[in-house]
Amino acid sequence: MNERAGDTVNFDNVGLRYGTEPEVLSDLSFTLFPGSFYFLTGASGAGKTSLLKLLYLAQRPSRGGIRMFGKDMITLPREQLPTYRRRLGVVFQDFRLVKHLTAFDNVALPLRLAGVPESELQKPVDDMLDWVGLSHRVKARPATMSGGEQQRVAIARAVIGRPDMLIADEPTGNVDPEMALKLLRLFEALNRLGTTVVVATHDVHLLKKVPESLIMRLNKGRLTDPTGALKFPPRSTRPMRAGQ
Amino acid sequence: MSTPPFATELADSTPAKAPGPLKGSAAALLVPQARLSGPIPWVIAIMIALVVIAAAGGLALNNLTSNARAELSGAVTIQITEANETLRKQKAATAAEVLTAQDIVASLRVVPEEELDEMLRPWLGDGAGSQDLPIPALIDVQLSSASGPAEIARLQAALDADVPGARVDAQSEWLQPVYSALSSLQYLALALIALLTFACAAAVWLAARSAFSNHRETVEIMHLLGGTDAQITRIFQRSVVRDAAFGGLVGLGLGAGAVWLLGRQFAALDSGMVAGGVLGMSDWIIIALIPLAGVALALVTGRYTILMALRRML
Ligand SMILES: Nc1ncnc2c1ncn2[C@@H]1O[C@H](COP(=O)(O)OP(=O)(O)O)[C@@H](O)[C@H]1O
Ligand SMILES: [Mg+2]
Repeated sequence: MNERAGDTVNFDNVGLRYGTEPEVLSDLSFTLFPGSFYFLTGASGAGKTSLLKLLYLAQRPSRGGIRMFGKDMITLPREQLPTYRRRLGVVFQDFRLVKHLTAFDNVALPLRLAGVPESELQKPVDDMLDWVGLSHRVKARPATMSGGEQQRVAIARAVIGRPDMLIADEPTGNVDPEMALKLLRLFEALNRLGTTVVVATHDVHLLKKVPESLIMRLNKGRLTDPTGALKFPPRSTRPMRAGQ
Repeated sequence: MSTPPFATELADSTPAKAPGPLKGSAAALLVPQARLSGPIPWVIAIMIALVVIAAAGGLALNNLTSNARAELSGAVTIQITEANETLRKQKAATAAEVLTAQDIVASLRVVPEEELDEMLRPWLGDGAGSQDLPIPALIDVQLSSASGPAEIARLQAALDADVPGARVDAQSEWLQPVYSALSSLQYLALALIALLTFACAAAVWLAARSAFSNHRETVEIMHLLGGTDAQITRIFQRSVVRDAAFGGLVGLGLGAGAVWLLGRQFAALDSGMVAGGVLGMSDWIIIALIPLAGVALALVTGRYTILMALRRML
Protein backbone atom coordinates (compact mmCIF):
# COMPACT_ATOMS: atom_id res chain seq x y z
CA MET A 1 0.00 0.00 0.00
CA ASN A 2 2.48 2.58 -1.21
CA GLU A 3 0.02 5.47 -0.73
CA ARG A 4 0.63 5.15 2.98
CA ALA A 5 4.38 5.04 2.70
CA GLY A 6 6.07 7.74 4.76
CA ASP A 7 4.53 9.90 7.44
CA THR A 8 0.81 10.32 7.65
CA VAL A 9 1.05 13.79 9.12
CA ASN A 10 3.92 16.18 9.55
CA PHE A 11 3.52 19.54 11.34
CA ASP A 12 6.40 21.98 11.19
CA ASN A 13 6.25 24.92 13.57
CA VAL A 14 2.55 25.43 13.05
CA GLY A 15 0.66 28.33 14.59
CA LEU A 16 -3.06 29.15 14.41
CA ARG A 17 -4.94 32.28 15.35
CA TYR A 18 -8.57 33.17 14.75
CA GLY A 19 -8.80 36.67 13.29
CA THR A 20 -6.64 39.06 15.26
CA GLU A 21 -6.86 37.11 18.54
CA PRO A 22 -3.67 35.74 20.10
CA GLU A 23 -2.57 32.35 18.80
CA VAL A 24 -4.62 29.40 20.09
CA LEU A 25 -1.98 26.98 18.79
CA SER A 26 1.73 27.78 18.79
CA ASP A 27 4.95 26.13 17.64
CA LEU A 28 3.44 22.73 16.89
CA SER A 29 6.00 20.37 15.38
CA PHE A 30 5.30 16.65 15.31
CA THR A 31 4.94 13.64 13.10
CA LEU A 32 2.11 11.09 13.13
CA PHE A 33 3.11 7.70 11.88
CA PRO A 34 0.89 5.47 9.79
CA GLY A 35 -1.02 2.84 11.69
CA SER A 36 -0.46 4.40 15.12
CA PHE A 37 -3.12 5.19 17.70
CA TYR A 38 -2.91 8.69 19.24
CA PHE A 39 -4.81 10.30 22.04
CA LEU A 40 -4.88 14.08 22.09
CA THR A 41 -5.60 15.30 25.60
CA GLY A 42 -5.72 18.63 27.33
CA ALA A 43 -8.07 20.75 29.34
CA SER A 44 -11.13 22.27 27.78
CA GLY A 45 -10.03 25.27 25.71
CA ALA A 46 -6.49 23.94 25.27
CA GLY A 47 -6.92 23.85 21.49
CA LYS A 48 -7.76 20.19 20.78
CA THR A 49 -10.59 20.95 18.38
CA SER A 50 -8.51 23.63 16.66
CA LEU A 51 -5.67 21.16 16.08
CA LEU A 52 -8.10 18.56 14.74
CA LYS A 53 -9.58 21.18 12.36
CA LEU A 54 -6.14 21.59 10.86
CA LEU A 55 -5.92 17.80 10.54
CA TYR A 56 -9.28 17.36 8.86
CA LEU A 57 -8.53 20.21 6.45
CA ALA A 58 -11.27 22.60 7.57
CA GLN A 59 -8.77 25.28 8.48
CA ARG A 60 -5.44 26.51 7.20
CA PRO A 61 -2.75 27.35 9.78
CA SER A 62 -1.70 30.98 10.23
CA ARG A 63 1.92 29.92 9.94
CA GLY A 64 4.11 26.87 9.59
CA GLY A 65 4.02 23.84 7.33
CA ILE A 66 1.66 20.86 7.21
CA ARG A 67 2.27 17.77 5.13
CA MET A 68 -0.25 14.94 4.94
CA PHE A 69 0.18 11.67 3.08
CA GLY A 70 3.43 13.06 1.73
CA LYS A 71 1.80 16.16 0.21
CA ASP A 72 2.28 19.77 1.21
CA MET A 73 -1.19 20.85 2.33
CA ILE A 74 -0.28 24.56 2.43
CA THR A 75 0.46 24.87 -1.26
CA LEU A 76 -2.03 22.25 -2.40
CA PRO A 77 -4.58 23.84 -4.77
CA ARG A 78 -8.01 24.17 -3.21
CA GLU A 79 -9.69 21.88 -5.74
CA GLN A 80 -7.42 18.98 -4.73
CA LEU A 81 -8.44 19.12 -1.06
CA PRO A 82 -11.59 16.95 -1.46
CA THR A 83 -9.45 14.02 -2.57
CA TYR A 84 -7.55 14.21 0.72
CA ARG A 85 -10.68 14.83 2.80
CA ARG A 86 -12.11 11.60 1.41
CA ARG A 87 -9.15 9.72 2.87
CA LEU A 88 -10.11 10.93 6.35
CA GLY A 89 -12.89 9.84 8.65
CA VAL A 90 -14.01 12.56 11.04
CA VAL A 91 -16.19 12.42 14.15
CA PHE A 92 -17.02 16.06 14.82
CA GLN A 93 -17.46 17.26 18.37
CA ASP A 94 -20.95 18.49 17.42
CA PHE A 95 -21.58 15.40 15.21
CA ARG A 96 -22.60 17.44 12.16
CA LEU A 97 -25.25 15.03 10.99
CA VAL A 98 -27.42 16.21 8.09
CA LYS A 99 -30.61 16.83 10.01
CA HIS A 100 -33.13 15.94 7.33
CA LEU A 101 -31.41 12.66 6.51
CA THR A 102 -32.09 9.35 8.25
CA ALA A 103 -29.36 7.51 10.14
CA PHE A 104 -28.96 5.30 7.09
CA ASP A 105 -28.52 8.19 4.66
CA ASN A 106 -26.13 10.01 6.98
CA VAL A 107 -23.90 6.96 7.22
CA ALA A 108 -24.18 6.37 3.45
CA LEU A 109 -23.20 9.97 2.62
CA PRO A 110 -19.40 9.51 2.43
CA LEU A 111 -19.84 6.44 0.26
CA ARG A 112 -22.23 8.30 -2.06
CA LEU A 113 -19.87 11.27 -2.29
CA ALA A 114 -17.09 8.86 -3.21
CA GLY A 115 -19.22 7.46 -6.01
CA VAL A 116 -20.07 4.05 -4.53
CA PRO A 117 -23.08 2.70 -6.46
CA GLU A 118 -26.43 2.49 -4.62
CA SER A 119 -26.53 -1.29 -4.99
CA GLU A 120 -23.33 -1.61 -2.96
CA LEU A 121 -24.40 0.71 -0.14
CA GLN A 122 -27.22 -1.11 1.55
CA LYS A 123 -25.37 -3.97 3.21
CA PRO A 124 -22.30 -2.17 4.58
CA VAL A 125 -24.39 0.68 5.97
CA ASP A 126 -26.91 -1.67 7.58
CA ASP A 127 -24.10 -3.80 9.01
CA MET A 128 -22.27 -0.80 10.41
CA LEU A 129 -25.42 0.62 12.03
CA ASP A 130 -26.03 -2.84 13.49
CA TRP A 131 -22.51 -2.90 14.87
CA VAL A 132 -22.93 0.41 16.71
CA GLY A 133 -26.24 -0.91 18.06
CA LEU A 134 -28.57 1.21 15.98
CA SER A 135 -30.19 -1.37 13.72
CA HIS A 136 -33.57 -0.37 15.15
CA ARG A 137 -32.92 3.32 14.35
CA VAL A 138 -31.98 3.02 10.69
CA LYS A 139 -34.82 5.25 9.56
CA ALA A 140 -34.63 7.75 12.45
CA ARG A 141 -33.63 11.36 11.87
CA PRO A 142 -31.13 13.12 14.15
CA ALA A 143 -33.81 15.25 15.84
CA THR A 144 -35.49 12.11 17.22
CA MET A 145 -32.24 10.56 18.46
CA SER A 146 -30.51 10.90 21.81
CA GLY A 147 -27.05 12.50 22.00
CA GLY A 148 -25.47 9.07 22.36
CA GLU A 149 -27.35 7.73 19.34
CA GLN A 150 -26.32 10.72 17.23
CA GLN A 151 -22.74 10.21 18.33
CA ARG A 152 -22.82 6.60 17.22
CA VAL A 153 -24.27 7.58 13.83
CA ALA A 154 -21.45 10.13 13.50
CA ILE A 155 -18.90 7.43 14.32
CA ALA A 156 -20.44 4.97 11.90
CA ARG A 157 -20.26 7.63 9.18
CA ALA A 158 -16.60 8.33 9.99
CA VAL A 159 -15.45 4.72 9.85
CA ILE A 160 -17.69 3.27 7.14
CA GLY A 161 -15.23 4.04 4.32
CA ARG A 162 -12.27 2.58 6.21
CA PRO A 163 -10.31 5.85 6.07
CA ASP A 164 -6.52 6.20 6.06
CA MET A 165 -6.82 8.38 9.13
CA LEU A 166 -9.62 8.60 11.67
CA ILE A 167 -9.97 11.89 13.53
CA ALA A 168 -12.42 11.84 16.44
CA ASP A 169 -13.23 14.86 18.61
CA GLU A 170 -14.49 13.76 22.06
CA PRO A 171 -16.20 10.76 20.48
CA THR A 172 -17.31 9.20 23.74
CA GLY A 173 -18.57 12.31 25.47
CA ASN A 174 -22.25 11.39 25.19
CA VAL A 175 -22.30 7.63 25.78
CA ASP A 176 -22.15 5.42 28.88
CA PRO A 177 -18.81 3.80 29.81
CA GLU A 178 -19.82 0.46 28.35
CA MET A 179 -20.64 1.97 24.94
CA ALA A 180 -17.50 4.14 25.16
CA LEU A 181 -15.44 1.00 25.49
CA LYS A 182 -17.24 -0.62 22.58
CA LEU A 183 -16.57 2.41 20.40
CA LEU A 184 -12.91 2.37 21.39
CA ARG A 185 -12.79 -1.26 20.28
CA LEU A 186 -14.21 -0.11 16.94
CA PHE A 187 -11.39 2.41 16.59
CA GLU A 188 -8.84 -0.24 17.54
CA ALA A 189 -10.22 -2.66 15.00
CA LEU A 190 -9.92 0.06 12.36
CA ASN A 191 -6.41 0.82 13.61
CA ARG A 192 -5.43 -2.84 13.19
CA LEU A 193 -6.48 -2.60 9.55
CA GLY A 194 -3.86 0.14 9.10
CA THR A 195 -5.80 3.32 9.82
CA THR A 196 -3.99 6.02 11.80
CA VAL A 197 -6.28 7.05 14.67
CA VAL A 198 -6.33 10.40 16.49
CA VAL A 199 -8.84 10.69 19.33
CA ALA A 200 -9.19 13.96 21.22
CA THR A 201 -10.51 13.55 24.71
CA HIS A 202 -10.33 15.26 28.06
CA ASP A 203 -11.25 11.96 29.74
CA VAL A 204 -7.97 10.61 31.18
CA HIS A 205 -9.55 7.27 32.07
CA LEU A 206 -9.98 6.55 28.40
CA LEU A 207 -6.22 6.72 27.76
CA LYS A 208 -5.54 3.60 29.81
CA LYS A 209 -8.05 1.59 27.82
CA VAL A 210 -5.78 1.50 24.78
CA PRO A 211 -2.40 0.34 26.09
CA GLU A 212 -0.51 0.70 22.83
CA SER A 213 -1.69 4.29 22.32
CA LEU A 214 0.59 7.34 22.14
CA ILE A 215 -0.38 10.48 23.98
CA MET A 216 -0.15 14.08 22.83
CA ARG A 217 -0.96 16.64 25.48
CA LEU A 218 -2.01 20.18 24.63
CA ASN A 219 -1.50 22.87 27.21
CA LYS A 220 -2.63 26.38 26.29
CA GLY A 221 -2.01 25.75 22.63
CA ARG A 222 1.41 24.12 23.02
CA LEU A 223 2.18 20.45 22.68
CA THR A 224 3.96 18.33 25.27
CA ASP A 225 4.98 14.75 24.85
CA PRO A 226 4.56 12.90 28.12
CA THR A 227 5.15 9.43 26.65
CA GLY A 228 8.08 10.61 24.56
CA ALA A 229 6.53 8.69 21.71
CA LEU A 230 5.77 11.48 19.28
CA LYS A 231 9.20 11.33 17.69
CA PHE A 232 9.38 15.05 17.09
CA PRO A 233 11.23 15.83 13.91
CA PRO A 234 14.74 17.27 14.31
CA ARG A 235 13.63 20.90 13.91
CA SER A 236 11.73 20.86 17.19
CA THR A 237 14.50 19.24 19.17
CA ARG A 238 15.97 22.72 19.56
CA PRO A 239 15.63 23.92 23.15
CA MET A 240 12.09 25.02 23.89
CA ARG A 241 11.21 28.30 25.44
CA ALA A 242 11.11 28.67 29.18
CA GLY A 243 7.98 27.20 30.71
CA GLN A 244 7.68 24.31 28.23
CA MET B 1 -14.49 -9.87 19.22
CA SER B 2 -15.52 -9.73 15.58
CA THR B 3 -14.08 -7.26 13.10
CA PRO B 4 -16.47 -4.39 12.48
CA PRO B 5 -18.14 -4.49 9.07
CA PHE B 6 -16.21 -1.74 7.27
CA ALA B 7 -17.11 -1.07 3.68
CA THR B 8 -14.40 -1.50 1.09
CA GLU B 9 -11.63 0.98 1.58
CA LEU B 10 -12.59 4.15 -0.30
CA ALA B 11 -9.06 5.44 -0.80
CA ASP B 12 -8.22 2.21 -2.62
CA SER B 13 -11.44 1.56 -4.49
CA THR B 14 -11.79 5.17 -5.66
CA PRO B 15 -8.33 6.67 -6.12
CA ALA B 16 -7.44 10.27 -6.96
CA LYS B 17 -10.06 10.37 -9.72
CA ALA B 18 -12.79 12.89 -8.88
CA PRO B 19 -16.12 11.19 -8.21
CA GLY B 20 -19.05 11.99 -10.46
CA PRO B 21 -22.21 13.87 -9.51
CA LEU B 22 -24.60 12.34 -7.01
CA LYS B 23 -27.36 10.31 -8.61
CA GLY B 24 -30.93 11.62 -8.67
CA SER B 25 -32.30 9.99 -5.53
CA ALA B 26 -29.23 10.70 -3.42
CA ALA B 27 -29.16 14.30 -4.61
CA ALA B 28 -32.89 14.74 -3.96
CA LEU B 29 -32.39 13.47 -0.41
CA LEU B 30 -29.74 16.06 0.34
CA VAL B 31 -31.83 19.01 -0.78
CA PRO B 32 -35.47 18.17 -0.18
CA GLN B 33 -37.43 19.42 -3.18
CA ALA B 34 -40.87 19.22 -1.64
CA ARG B 35 -41.73 22.89 -1.69
CA LEU B 36 -40.76 26.08 -3.46
CA SER B 37 -38.40 28.32 -1.56
CA GLY B 38 -40.71 31.11 -0.42
CA PRO B 39 -41.93 34.01 -2.53
CA ILE B 40 -39.01 34.13 -4.95
CA PRO B 41 -40.46 31.83 -7.62
CA TRP B 42 -43.49 34.12 -7.70
CA VAL B 43 -41.32 37.20 -8.02
CA ILE B 44 -39.60 35.52 -10.96
CA ALA B 45 -43.03 34.68 -12.42
CA ILE B 46 -44.07 38.34 -12.28
CA MET B 47 -40.78 39.46 -13.86
CA ILE B 48 -41.11 36.93 -16.67
CA ALA B 49 -44.75 37.95 -17.27
CA LEU B 50 -43.68 41.60 -17.57
CA VAL B 51 -40.79 40.71 -19.90
CA VAL B 52 -43.22 38.70 -22.03
CA ILE B 53 -45.65 41.63 -22.25
CA ALA B 54 -42.90 44.14 -23.02
CA ALA B 55 -41.38 41.84 -25.62
CA ALA B 56 -44.75 41.19 -27.25
CA GLY B 57 -45.42 44.94 -27.35
CA GLY B 58 -42.02 45.63 -28.88
CA LEU B 59 -42.42 42.89 -31.48
CA ALA B 60 -45.94 44.06 -32.40
CA LEU B 61 -44.71 47.64 -32.81
CA ASN B 62 -41.87 46.41 -34.96
CA ASN B 63 -44.26 44.47 -37.21
CA LEU B 64 -46.60 47.41 -37.42
CA THR B 65 -43.88 49.86 -38.42
CA SER B 66 -42.31 47.66 -41.03
CA ASN B 67 -45.68 46.72 -42.56
CA ALA B 68 -46.74 50.36 -42.79
CA ARG B 69 -43.38 51.38 -44.20
CA ALA B 70 -43.51 48.75 -46.90
CA GLU B 71 -47.00 49.77 -47.92
CA LEU B 72 -46.44 53.47 -47.84
CA SER B 73 -42.90 53.96 -48.97
CA GLY B 74 -43.84 54.08 -52.65
CA ALA B 75 -47.18 55.83 -52.11
CA VAL B 76 -47.82 59.41 -53.20
CA THR B 77 -51.02 61.46 -53.09
CA ILE B 78 -51.87 64.17 -55.59
CA GLN B 79 -54.25 66.81 -54.29
CA ILE B 80 -56.05 69.10 -56.71
CA THR B 81 -57.82 72.06 -55.15
CA GLU B 82 -60.41 73.58 -57.42
CA ALA B 83 -63.76 74.98 -56.36
CA ASN B 84 -65.50 74.37 -59.69
CA GLU B 85 -66.60 70.78 -59.82
CA THR B 86 -66.42 70.35 -63.63
CA LEU B 87 -63.04 71.98 -63.81
CA ARG B 88 -61.85 69.88 -60.93
CA LYS B 89 -62.83 66.67 -62.71
CA GLN B 90 -61.10 67.84 -65.87
CA LYS B 91 -57.94 68.72 -64.02
CA ALA B 92 -57.97 65.35 -62.28
CA ALA B 93 -58.25 63.57 -65.61
CA THR B 94 -55.40 65.63 -67.11
CA ALA B 95 -53.25 64.98 -64.06
CA ALA B 96 -53.93 61.26 -64.38
CA GLU B 97 -52.78 61.40 -68.02
CA VAL B 98 -49.63 63.34 -67.17
CA LEU B 99 -48.81 60.94 -64.34
CA THR B 100 -49.38 57.80 -66.41
CA ALA B 101 -46.81 59.12 -68.87
CA GLN B 102 -44.17 59.23 -66.08
CA ASP B 103 -42.08 56.06 -66.04
CA ILE B 104 -41.69 56.07 -62.27
CA VAL B 105 -45.43 55.69 -61.77
CA ALA B 106 -46.41 52.06 -61.40
CA SER B 107 -50.16 52.57 -60.98
CA LEU B 108 -52.66 55.22 -59.99
CA ARG B 109 -56.22 55.56 -58.95
CA VAL B 110 -58.41 58.64 -58.98
CA VAL B 111 -60.29 58.44 -55.71
CA PRO B 112 -64.02 58.66 -56.57
CA GLU B 113 -65.80 61.68 -55.07
CA GLU B 114 -68.37 59.49 -53.29
CA GLU B 115 -65.55 57.73 -51.49
CA LEU B 116 -64.16 61.08 -50.35
CA ASP B 117 -67.61 62.17 -49.16
CA GLU B 118 -67.91 58.93 -47.26
CA MET B 119 -64.49 59.43 -45.64
CA LEU B 120 -65.35 62.96 -44.60
CA ARG B 121 -68.91 62.36 -43.42
CA PRO B 122 -67.92 61.65 -39.85
CA TRP B 123 -66.36 65.13 -39.66
CA LEU B 124 -68.56 67.17 -41.97
CA GLY B 125 -71.89 65.43 -41.54
CA ASP B 126 -74.36 65.60 -44.44
CA GLY B 127 -72.61 68.72 -45.70
CA ALA B 128 -69.92 66.45 -47.06
CA GLY B 129 -71.69 65.90 -50.36
CA SER B 130 -72.82 69.51 -50.77
CA GLN B 131 -71.40 71.70 -53.48
CA ASP B 132 -70.95 74.58 -51.05
CA LEU B 133 -68.06 72.86 -49.47
CA PRO B 134 -65.58 72.07 -52.17
CA ILE B 135 -63.27 69.22 -51.38
CA PRO B 136 -60.07 68.58 -53.33
CA ALA B 137 -59.75 65.77 -55.84
CA LEU B 138 -57.34 63.03 -54.74
CA ILE B 139 -55.24 60.69 -56.84
CA ASP B 140 -53.45 57.79 -55.13
CA VAL B 141 -50.23 57.01 -56.96
CA GLN B 142 -48.05 53.97 -56.43
CA LEU B 143 -44.48 54.57 -57.57
CA SER B 144 -42.21 51.82 -58.85
CA SER B 145 -39.58 53.00 -56.42
CA ALA B 146 -39.56 54.63 -53.01
CA SER B 147 -40.87 58.19 -52.94
CA GLY B 148 -37.82 60.28 -52.16
CA PRO B 149 -37.69 64.08 -52.49
CA ALA B 150 -36.30 63.76 -56.06
CA GLU B 151 -39.30 61.71 -57.23
CA ILE B 152 -41.73 64.13 -55.57
CA ALA B 153 -40.04 67.09 -57.27
CA ARG B 154 -40.17 65.37 -60.65
CA LEU B 155 -43.89 64.66 -60.40
CA GLN B 156 -44.56 68.18 -59.14
CA ALA B 157 -42.66 69.68 -62.10
CA ALA B 158 -44.51 67.47 -64.59
CA LEU B 159 -47.87 68.48 -63.12
CA ASP B 160 -47.13 72.19 -62.72
CA ALA B 161 -47.11 72.73 -66.48
CA ASP B 162 -50.57 71.24 -67.23
CA VAL B 163 -52.42 71.16 -63.91
CA PRO B 164 -51.89 74.34 -61.88
CA GLY B 165 -52.87 73.93 -58.25
CA ALA B 166 -51.94 70.22 -58.05
CA ARG B 167 -49.89 69.29 -55.00
CA VAL B 168 -47.79 66.18 -54.60
CA ASP B 169 -47.49 64.66 -51.11
CA ALA B 170 -45.52 61.59 -50.10
CA GLN B 171 -47.71 59.64 -47.69
CA SER B 172 -44.67 58.42 -45.81
CA GLU B 173 -43.89 62.01 -44.98
CA TRP B 174 -47.20 62.51 -43.23
CA LEU B 175 -46.46 59.45 -41.18
CA GLN B 176 -42.93 60.43 -40.22
CA PRO B 177 -43.97 61.63 -36.72
CA VAL B 178 -45.90 58.40 -36.26
CA TYR B 179 -42.83 56.39 -37.18
CA SER B 180 -40.70 58.35 -34.73
CA ALA B 181 -43.24 57.77 -31.98
CA LEU B 182 -43.37 54.06 -32.82
CA SER B 183 -39.60 53.64 -32.74
CA SER B 184 -39.40 55.55 -29.44
CA LEU B 185 -41.93 53.07 -28.07
CA GLN B 186 -39.78 50.21 -29.32
CA TYR B 187 -36.75 51.61 -27.55
CA LEU B 188 -38.87 51.97 -24.44
CA ALA B 189 -39.84 48.30 -24.70
CA LEU B 190 -36.17 47.35 -25.07
CA ALA B 191 -35.18 49.44 -22.06
CA LEU B 192 -37.97 47.85 -20.02
CA ILE B 193 -36.78 44.38 -21.00
CA ALA B 194 -33.22 45.27 -20.01
CA LEU B 195 -34.35 46.59 -16.62
CA LEU B 196 -36.57 43.58 -15.99
CA THR B 197 -33.75 41.20 -16.95
CA PHE B 198 -31.58 42.91 -14.39
CA ALA B 199 -34.29 42.68 -11.72
CA CYS B 200 -34.84 39.05 -12.68
CA ALA B 201 -31.14 38.28 -12.24
CA ALA B 202 -31.32 39.91 -8.81
CA ALA B 203 -34.33 37.76 -7.88
CA VAL B 204 -32.55 34.63 -9.04
CA TRP B 205 -29.49 35.65 -7.08
CA LEU B 206 -31.69 35.96 -3.99
CA ALA B 207 -33.20 32.57 -4.78
CA ALA B 208 -29.74 31.04 -4.98
CA ARG B 209 -28.70 32.70 -1.76
CA SER B 210 -31.80 31.60 0.10
CA ALA B 211 -31.44 28.04 -1.21
CA PHE B 212 -27.87 28.17 -0.03
CA SER B 213 -28.54 29.58 3.42
CA ASN B 214 -31.41 27.12 3.97
CA HIS B 215 -28.94 24.34 3.37
CA ARG B 216 -25.72 25.90 4.58
CA GLU B 217 -25.17 23.15 7.16
CA THR B 218 -25.65 20.43 4.56
CA VAL B 219 -23.20 22.19 2.27
CA GLU B 220 -20.60 22.43 5.03
CA ILE B 221 -20.98 18.78 5.95
CA MET B 222 -20.73 17.63 2.33
CA HIS B 223 -17.70 19.86 1.94
CA LEU B 224 -15.97 18.42 5.02
CA LEU B 225 -16.74 14.85 3.97
CA GLY B 226 -14.88 15.44 0.72
CA GLY B 227 -17.70 16.48 -1.59
CA THR B 228 -16.32 18.39 -4.56
CA ASP B 229 -17.51 21.88 -5.53
CA ALA B 230 -19.01 20.33 -8.65
CA GLN B 231 -21.03 17.78 -6.65
CA ILE B 232 -22.30 20.40 -4.23
CA THR B 233 -23.14 23.08 -6.83
CA ARG B 234 -24.97 20.49 -8.92
CA ILE B 235 -27.35 19.72 -6.08
CA PHE B 236 -28.12 23.31 -5.16
CA GLN B 237 -28.34 24.46 -8.70
CA ARG B 238 -31.16 21.94 -9.11
CA SER B 239 -33.29 23.75 -6.59
CA VAL B 240 -32.53 27.19 -8.05
CA VAL B 241 -33.33 25.98 -11.55
CA ARG B 242 -36.53 24.41 -10.31
CA ASP B 243 -37.65 27.70 -8.76
CA ALA B 244 -36.76 29.56 -11.95
CA ALA B 245 -38.52 27.01 -14.15
CA PHE B 246 -41.66 27.34 -12.06
CA GLY B 247 -41.46 31.15 -12.23
CA GLY B 248 -40.74 31.04 -15.94
CA LEU B 249 -43.70 28.82 -16.80
CA VAL B 250 -46.19 30.69 -14.63
CA GLY B 251 -44.84 34.00 -15.96
CA LEU B 252 -45.09 32.85 -19.55
CA GLY B 253 -48.67 31.73 -18.93
CA LEU B 254 -49.69 35.05 -17.37
CA GLY B 255 -47.82 37.21 -19.87
CA ALA B 256 -48.91 35.30 -22.96
CA GLY B 257 -52.50 35.28 -21.68
CA ALA B 258 -52.46 39.05 -21.27
CA VAL B 259 -50.90 39.53 -24.71
CA TRP B 260 -53.46 37.24 -26.32
CA LEU B 261 -56.37 39.11 -24.71
CA LEU B 262 -54.96 42.48 -25.76
CA GLY B 263 -54.41 41.14 -29.27
CA ARG B 264 -58.05 40.10 -29.50
CA GLN B 265 -59.23 43.49 -28.36
CA PHE B 266 -57.06 45.29 -30.92
CA ALA B 267 -58.23 42.90 -33.62
CA ALA B 268 -61.81 43.84 -32.74
CA LEU B 269 -60.96 47.47 -33.63
CA ASP B 270 -60.66 46.24 -37.22
CA SER B 271 -58.23 49.01 -38.07
CA GLY B 272 -55.86 48.43 -40.95
CA MET B 273 -52.94 49.93 -39.10
CA VAL B 274 -53.40 47.81 -35.95
CA ALA B 275 -53.79 44.67 -38.06
CA GLY B 276 -50.21 45.27 -39.23
CA GLY B 277 -49.08 44.66 -35.64
CA VAL B 278 -50.31 41.06 -35.38
CA LEU B 279 -47.72 38.71 -33.83
CA GLY B 280 -46.46 36.02 -36.17
CA MET B 281 -45.18 32.54 -35.48
CA SER B 282 -41.58 33.69 -35.13
CA ASP B 283 -42.65 36.32 -32.59
CA TRP B 284 -44.42 33.70 -30.46
CA ILE B 285 -41.30 31.53 -30.64
CA ILE B 286 -39.21 34.42 -29.33
CA ILE B 287 -41.72 34.94 -26.52
CA ALA B 288 -41.66 31.24 -25.65
CA LEU B 289 -37.86 31.43 -25.39
CA ILE B 290 -38.05 34.08 -22.65
CA PRO B 291 -38.61 31.64 -19.74
CA LEU B 292 -35.81 29.45 -21.13
CA ALA B 293 -33.53 32.47 -21.01
CA GLY B 294 -34.74 33.01 -17.44
CA VAL B 295 -33.78 29.46 -16.47
CA ALA B 296 -30.39 29.85 -18.14
CA LEU B 297 -29.87 33.07 -16.21
CA ALA B 298 -30.85 31.24 -13.01
CA LEU B 299 -28.39 28.47 -13.78
CA VAL B 300 -25.48 30.84 -14.26
CA THR B 301 -26.34 33.11 -11.32
CA GLY B 302 -27.05 30.16 -9.02
CA ARG B 303 -23.81 28.38 -9.88
CA TYR B 304 -21.83 31.53 -9.37
CA THR B 305 -23.43 32.31 -5.98
CA ILE B 306 -22.82 28.81 -4.62
CA LEU B 307 -19.29 28.58 -5.99
CA MET B 308 -18.42 31.91 -4.36
CA ALA B 309 -19.78 30.71 -1.02
CA LEU B 310 -17.84 27.44 -1.30
CA ARG B 311 -14.63 29.30 -2.12
CA ARG B 312 -14.89 31.05 1.25
CA MET B 313 -14.90 27.68 3.04
CA LEU B 314 -11.37 26.53 2.02
N1 LIG C 1 -13.92 29.75 15.49
C1 LIG C 1 -13.27 30.33 16.53
N2 LIG C 1 -13.10 31.68 16.56
C2 LIG C 1 -12.44 32.26 17.57
N3 LIG C 1 -11.92 31.60 18.60
C3 LIG C 1 -12.04 30.25 18.64
C4 LIG C 1 -12.74 29.55 17.60
N4 LIG C 1 -12.70 28.24 17.90
C5 LIG C 1 -12.03 28.11 19.06
N5 LIG C 1 -11.64 29.32 19.51
C6 LIG C 1 -10.85 29.55 20.72
O1 LIG C 1 -9.67 28.77 20.64
C7 LIG C 1 -9.35 28.21 21.89
C8 LIG C 1 -9.22 26.71 21.78
O2 LIG C 1 -10.50 26.17 21.52
P1 LIG C 1 -10.73 24.66 21.10
O3 LIG C 1 -9.80 24.35 20.02
O4 LIG C 1 -12.16 24.46 20.84
O5 LIG C 1 -10.28 23.89 22.42
P2 LIG C 1 -10.71 22.46 23.00
O6 LIG C 1 -11.28 21.68 21.88
O7 LIG C 1 -9.45 21.89 23.54
O8 LIG C 1 -11.70 22.68 24.09
C9 LIG C 1 -10.43 28.65 22.86
O9 LIG C 1 -9.95 29.75 23.59
C10 LIG C 1 -11.57 29.08 21.97
O10 LIG C 1 -12.28 30.14 22.55
MG1 LIG D 1 -13.07 20.74 21.60
